[in-house]
Amino acid sequence: MSKDFSWDSAAEIAQAVASGQASAAAVVDDALARIGKLNPQLNAFTAVTADRARAKAKAIDASPDKKALPLAGVPIAVKNLFDVAGLPTVAGSKINRTHPAATQDQPLIARLEAAGAVLVGALNMGEYAYDFTGENVHDGPSRNPHDLTRMTGGSSGGSGSAVGGGLVQIALGSDTNGSIRVPSSLCGIFGLKPTYGRLTRARSFPFVASLDHLGPFARSARDLALAYDVMQGPDAEDPVCAQRAAEPILPMLERGLDGLRIATAGGYFRKGASPEALEALDRIAKAAGARAEIEIPEAARARAAAYVITTVEGAALHIGRLRKQGNDFDPAVRDRFIAGAMVPGTLVVQAQKFRRWYREQVLKLFERYDAILVPATPCTAPKLGQVNFTLDGVDMPVRANMGLYTQPISFIGLPVATVPVPLSPLPIGVQVIAAPWREDVALRIAHALERMGAATAPRPNL
Amino acid sequence: MANDPLDDFITAAAAALNLPLDPAWRPAVKANLAVTLQHAASVAEFPLADEAEPAPVFKA
Repeated sequence: MSKDFSWDSAAEIAQAVASGQASAAAVVDDALARIGKLNPQLNAFTAVTADRARAKAKAIDASPDKKALPLAGVPIAVKNLFDVAGLPTVAGSKINRTHPAATQDQPLIARLEAAGAVLVGALNMGEYAYDFTGENVHDGPSRNPHDLTRMTGGSSGGSGSAVGGGLVQIALGSDTNGSIRVPSSLCGIFGLKPTYGRLTRARSFPFVASLDHLGPFARSARDLALAYDVMQGPDAEDPVCAQRAAEPILPMLERGLDGLRIATAGGYFRKGASPEALEALDRIAKAAGARAEIEIPEAARARAAAYVITTVEGAALHIGRLRKQGNDFDPAVRDRFIAGAMVPGTLVVQAQKFRRWYREQVLKLFERYDAILVPATPCTAPKLGQVNFTLDGVDMPVRANMGLYTQPISFIGLPVATVPVPLSPLPIGVQVIAAPWREDVALRIAHALERMGAATAPRPNL
Repeated sequence: MANDPLDDFITAAAAALNLPLDPAWRPAVKANLAVTLQHAASVAEFPLADEAEPAPVFKA
């Protein structure tokens, strides 16, 4: 019987393949078989690149350099807004299916594969990334591995489902307002939204240029660091990508919490939180020794400003398609973009001015603290199809409000590691927020919390 | 009874922007626009100096 690698970490697989204890071919065949078996339930994948994956695995096994590959044989998959050579970049839409196939892989895929990873497919997502549910009217919803009747969270829903369900060790997604952190929370896995400008976004389908980030999902902080370290570095094709050399995190992952000043943020970030979200936060705060509770000033207004910028930049991107192909959109996406097209420009400029003011205030907090903890989502995974939920006694739409706690953070591009707290019956995440360019702090804390047992990716019964 | 000014605005904006607007889409467009304008108002009422710079910085 072939070995089941489903819950092995990327680090374990890479070590086994590099040392010759396992072949990349066996690992990839196992992943493809599992995708074949479980994807009909999870609906995480929209394309499986089996031939390419087998060829790549064979090449790794034959390579004399495989010992030096930090991700040797590790199966990965990407949200379907990443260019994958040979596939149209659908970005969760019906409209983009007629686009020509991409001729090259998105550079983060290329960097991961250069380190030995093996791309096995493209993942389901909310249309054009304007989504927090993981539902998709064209492809059907991605499903939560911990309860198939529940949402994965969006918009990188397939990424959450594939990693949380054990189909791949690492997935990539995008996060404009929370689309890495929300599915990480609902699917019970680790996610890293790096600093705005850290990882190249070239050859990915955009949403909101001012706010778009790309980043990895995994089931451990170490696997996030493994992937993140090989993806860093400048890229002239993305004008937002910083001209910074790679700053590897793995060497400092084991440094623990010593010397780190960690606080929780209250006020806005407790208002509307479910008992589960608060319990998870309290557990993580206790483990991290975070005794102080601080206030992030004007967080509600920051969320409001992110909302305005998002809808207007999104509308600007899609207005040509709205004029010609309105009926081909997901109605819930189309109607928000049409509204966005009608928002006066003065309001967007005011939001961008507020953004600078808010950034300055929040950066002052990092003079006193190295990291801030807040919930990732207000609640655990809602039921598929659920339209509204009640937060703090107010009925509001799920789709627009699952990102209440993530939006004020990505608004100013801060790096965040989302850590899973394995509550029963459903997990929920906590955001570990660090100062700009200090992904090392966020991942060090995530790793320490994992070692203490406070954060862990629970294995679903599939 | 006078029309809701937001309805008039949506009709005028759709025409001016050459945006097709199926009557069936209108209630959701209106609800979304109303929420966005509420959010925008909360941002706009925050006092900032005339000299406040927007966040994005262009470098020639």
